[in-house]
Amino acid sequence: MLDLKGYGPALLDGAIVTIELAFLSLALSVALGLVGASAKLSQSRVAKGIATTYTTLIRGVPDLVMMLLFYYGGQVAVNMLSDYIWEAYEIDFFFQFDPFISGVVTIGLIFGAYMTETFRGAFLAVETGQIEAARAYGFTRFHTFRRIMLPQMMRHALPGLGNNWQVLLKTTALVSIIGLTDMVRVAEEAAKAERMPFHFFIPVAFVYLALTAGSELFIKWLDKRANVGVVQGS
Amino acid sequence: MPDFIAEWLNQNEIFTAMTIMEYWDGMVTTVHLVFLSLVIGLLVAVPLAILRTVRNPFVSGPVWLYTYLFRGTPLLIQLYIIYYGLAQIEGIQETFWWEIFREPFYPALLAFTLNTAAYTTEIIRGAIVSTPNGEIEAAKAYGMNWFMRMRRIVLPSAARRAVQAYSNEVIFMLHASAIASVVTIVDLTGAARNIYSRFYAPFDAFIFVALCYMALTFILVFAFRKLETHLLKHQRPVSG
Repeated sequence: MLDLKGYGPALLDGAIVTIELAFLSLALSVALGLVGASAKLSQSRVAKGIATTYTTLIRGVPDLVMMLLFYYGGQVAVNMLSDYIWEAYEIDFFFQFDPFISGVVTIGLIFGAYMTETFRGAFLAVETGQIEAARAYGFTRFHTFRRIMLPQMMRHALPGLGNNWQVLLKTTALVSIIGLTDMVRVAEEAAKAERMPFHFFIPVAFVYLALTAGSELFIKWLDKRANVGVVQGS
Repeated sequence: MPDFIAEWLNQNEIFTAMTIMEYWDGMVTTVHLVFLSLVIGLLVAVPLAILRTVRNPFVSGPVWLYTYLFRGTPLLIQLYIIYYGLAQIEGIQETFWWEIFREPFYPALLAFTLNTAAYTTEIIRGAIVSTPNGEIEAAKAYGMNWFMRMRRIVLPSAARRAVQAYSNEVIFMLHASAIASVVTIVDLTGAARNIYSRFYAPFDAFIFVALCYMALTFILVFAFRKLETHLLKHQRPVSG
């Protein structure tokens, strides 16, 4: 049986941190992606410009650099802001920028850009006739979005969404570099202390493998459900 | 040079000739590492992709397992396993391999190469599998044997279909190489981290390095777009 030298509970806690991090970043990135895709498809040139700048910038910079910038830079920015607020209004305002928040914000922002592209394509795949019909029925813009666009675009967005999720899950490992005690960090400390790198990293690798394999099955199932009633050509 | 830029350069303490040189050395290391791993990765991936399409599961199975393992786990873990793990192999410290693997550059190169080879294998496999059957039938009708068919028909046509996905993989690898800095390699990110800790100036250090990566990324995007138009020249619609 696998002997984790007393690091078992810490590794389990780390795994839970990894999963929390992944789900929170996913939620943020999906929200950003929906906003970004709407902005890209809107009539407003300003909104289009902002969304395009956002996706271009994010895709040009490595995730680790972005994370280091937000983690170290975020704290400096918060300090500057709190100094300013104290001097201007004498309100004591301060918060610690911890690795978990930096991780969620960075990963959310990065994958928000990828989700924007995925959702943009998926929105475009919904037939315009559907939207015209909704308008003819007197649906408001919000209702059209909520009842007509969203359910139909999900079918087209799922494969891309699934891919992004798989990459996101593996990206969470990077947050160990800025000091979050996720399972990679615990494994690293254990491997150094016990001088047994294979012993700790390989089980962690298998946890990631199990997570990605499980997600793959789940996405396949979702895809099947989303495509119920769609006649597929051979 | 506009005056305000000259003035700003004179006033700031961070972007001196010394630190610019550090960034430059970092960029050379990054490009060196990424270029070598991509080239070796591609050379490994082509035969693996062909093996992966073989019907015999005893041939394609191990290749599938390799790509599955390397694509299903984070690159950071692979790097840690290779970097910390190689030193633990019994007796390696007495062999000449130790001279190579005691430098962090080579374990990182090995990890990056294995990782990119796994992704590239799947990209090429996808392109090989989607070769139109007519092309293969025509090649057979001309009496080409398997090897010639592969070399003259299947691989060139697969390369055209793979180039788009492969360009994404190249950019992904450039960005992923930033983690080399965690095993003490002073690449671009490593240089930025050193300069950050010396001046405690996160914005200057990391925004500058982000711009360097962005420049490298856009050069790659541009080069691949050129390559793609070149490879797909024959499919361009005829116009006046």
